[in-house]
Amino acid sequence: MSPSTHYKVRKAKSRLMVFLSLLCLVLVIVPLVMILYYTVSKGINYINWDFFTKMPAPVGEAGGGMANAIVGTGILVAIGSLMGIPIGVMAGIYLADKEKSVFASTTRFMTEVLNGIPSIVVGVVAYILIVIPMKRFSALAGGFALGILMIPLITRTTEEMIRLVPHSFREAGLGLGIPRWKTTLFIILPAALKGIFTGILLSIARAAGETAPLLFTALGNRFWSTQLDQPIASMTVFIYDYAKAPFDDWNQQAWAASFVLIVLVLLLNILFRLATRKRFAT
Amino acid sequence: MNNETIQELINSDNPQVSAPRMYTKNLNAYFGKNRALQDISLDIPKNKVLAIIGPSGCGKSTFLRCLNRMHEEVGGTIKGEVYLDGEDIMKKDPVNLRRKVGMVFQKPNPFPTMTIAQNVVSGLKLNGIRNRKKLNETVENYLRKASLWEEVKDSLSKPGNSISGGQQQRLCIARTLAVEPEVILMDEPASALDPISTAKIEELVFELKKKYTIVIVTHNMQQASRISDYTAFFYMGKLIEVGKTLDVFTAPKLKQTEDYISGRFG
Repeated sequence: MSPSTHYKVRKAKSRLMVFLSLLCLVLVIVPLVMILYYTVSKGINYINWDFFTKMPAPVGEAGGGMANAIVGTGILVAIGSLMGIPIGVMAGIYLADKEKSVFASTTRFMTEVLNGIPSIVVGVVAYILIVIPMKRFSALAGGFALGILMIPLITRTTEEMIRLVPHSFREAGLGLGIPRWKTTLFIILPAALKGIFTGILLSIARAAGETAPLLFTALGNRFWSTQLDQPIASMTVFIYDYAKAPFDDWNQQAWAASFVLIVLVLLLNILFRLATRKRFAT
Repeated sequence: MNNETIQELINSDNPQVSAPRMYTKNLNAYFGKNRALQDISLDIPKNKVLAIIGPSGCGKSTFLRCLNRMHEEVGGTIKGEVYLDGEDIMKKDPVNLRRKVGMVFQKPNPFPTMTIAQNVVSGLKLNGIRNRKKLNETVENYLRKASLWEEVKDSLSKPGNSISGGQQQRLCIARTLAVEPEVILMDEPASALDPISTAKIEELVFELKKKYTIVIVTHNMQQASRISDYTAFFYMGKLIEVGKTLDVFTAPKLKQTEDYISGRFG
C-alpha cells in the first residue's frame, strides 16, 4: 500500500468513527427532545393561572387546578430534605474523613446498594415502618420515603466533593494547630460547599420526580391539606391519577402537570450547572 | 563558671554546648511496616537554622513531620522521643504542640475560601480569638514580618490564592507566624518558586532566625549553604552526618556526605 492510500484509508476510518459517534449522540438526544416536545406541545395549552391556584374540580366538572399538589410536592420534598440533607452530608463527611476504615468502606458499599434499590421498594419499607403503625397514609410517610432516596445521592456527592479538596488544606489547617473537627468544618467543608450544594439540588430534583414510593405512603389527596399526619397530594401522583382517568379534561391536566414538573426539574438542573461552573477560582 | 560565660557558651556555635530548643532521641518513623527513619538522634539548636539535606526518599520530610506529629496524620507511626523545651512531645496533645511548632509546606497552600487577611488570622480565629481590633493589627503585623505587606496592603480582601506563588508562600509564612510558634518547620518552601521569590524566602528565613528556631528541608544544596547554620545529611532513613554548615560543605567527615554534596549521587 502506498503511503497516500494508507493515508486515505485512515482518513476514511476517522470519518466513519466521527459519523458513528454523531449518530449515537443523536440517539441520546432524540428521546429527550421527544419527551420535551410532547409535554410542551400538549401541556402548554392547559397551563393557566387557575391551574396553579385552584383546587381540583369535583369529578365530572371541567376546569380546576392542582394547587394542592404543587404545595404537597413542596411539603414532601421539604420533609425528605430535612431528613436526607443532614444525614447525607454528615455521612459523607465521615466517609471522606475515614476513607479506609472497615466501617467506612462497608457504609460506602451500603450507600451504593441503597442507591440502586428500586424506589417502590423504599415505598414499601416506609409503608411498613410508618403507615402501618400510624394506621393511615400520611405526608410524613411520603417524606420519609423520599428522604431515604435522597440520602445515598447526597452522601456520595458530599464524600466526593470533600475528597476533591486538596489534602494540603487539611495539612495547612492541622499545621496551624487547629483541631481536626474545626479543620474539617471551617476549612475543608467551605471549599467543598458548592459541590455539595449541587448534589443536594440534584437529589431534590430526583425526589420531586418520584411517584412509586408516594403511591402507598402519601397516597394523594383531592383536597387541600398541609397536615403532616394526613394523606397529601403531590404532582407526580396527580399525573398518575389524571393520566389514566377516562376524562379528556383530566388527561389534559396531566399533560400540564407533566410540563410543570419537567420545567421544575430543568430549572433545578440549570441551577446545578450554574453552581458548579466555578468551583475553585484558580 | 559565672553567668556570662554560660551565656557565651550558649550563644556560641557549638551545638554540643548551645541549649537545643528541640532534640530527638532514637527516633523511628514507620509507614505501616516500612521503617522510614532509623534511630535519629539530632539536636535542633535555638534561634539557628538547621538544614536537612539528602536525596529523595531519604526521610528528611518524614523527620520534619515527626517534629510536629504531622507524620501520624498521614497514617504513620512514631517510636522514640522528641523533646521540645525539655518535654517529650509524644506524650502531649498534638494540637497544642502544633501551635508551638509551626509548619510551612512545599506547595503554597493558602485557603482559597478566605481572603488574604482572613488567611493570616485563620489560625488565631479558629483557635477562638475574636477580638476584631487585635485581629486587624495581627494582619498588618505578620504580613510585614513576612515582608508581604507592601505588596498586598491594597488587596487584603481578595482571595488567598489570587496572588503569585511566591506571594502565596509568604502569606503561608505569615499565617504560620501569626500563631506565634517557637519553632518553624519548612518543607522545601521554595522548591515550587522562581529564583526571585526564592531569594525573598531566603532573606526572610535569615530575618526570622533572630526570633525563631528554624528547621528547613531542602533539595537545593546552595540554598542550604546560604541560609543554614547547621546541616544534617540524611540517607536511606539514617542520619549520616551533622555539623556546622561550613564544615559539612567544605570538610565533610564521611565519604557518603562528600559524594552527595559534590553531586556524585542523589
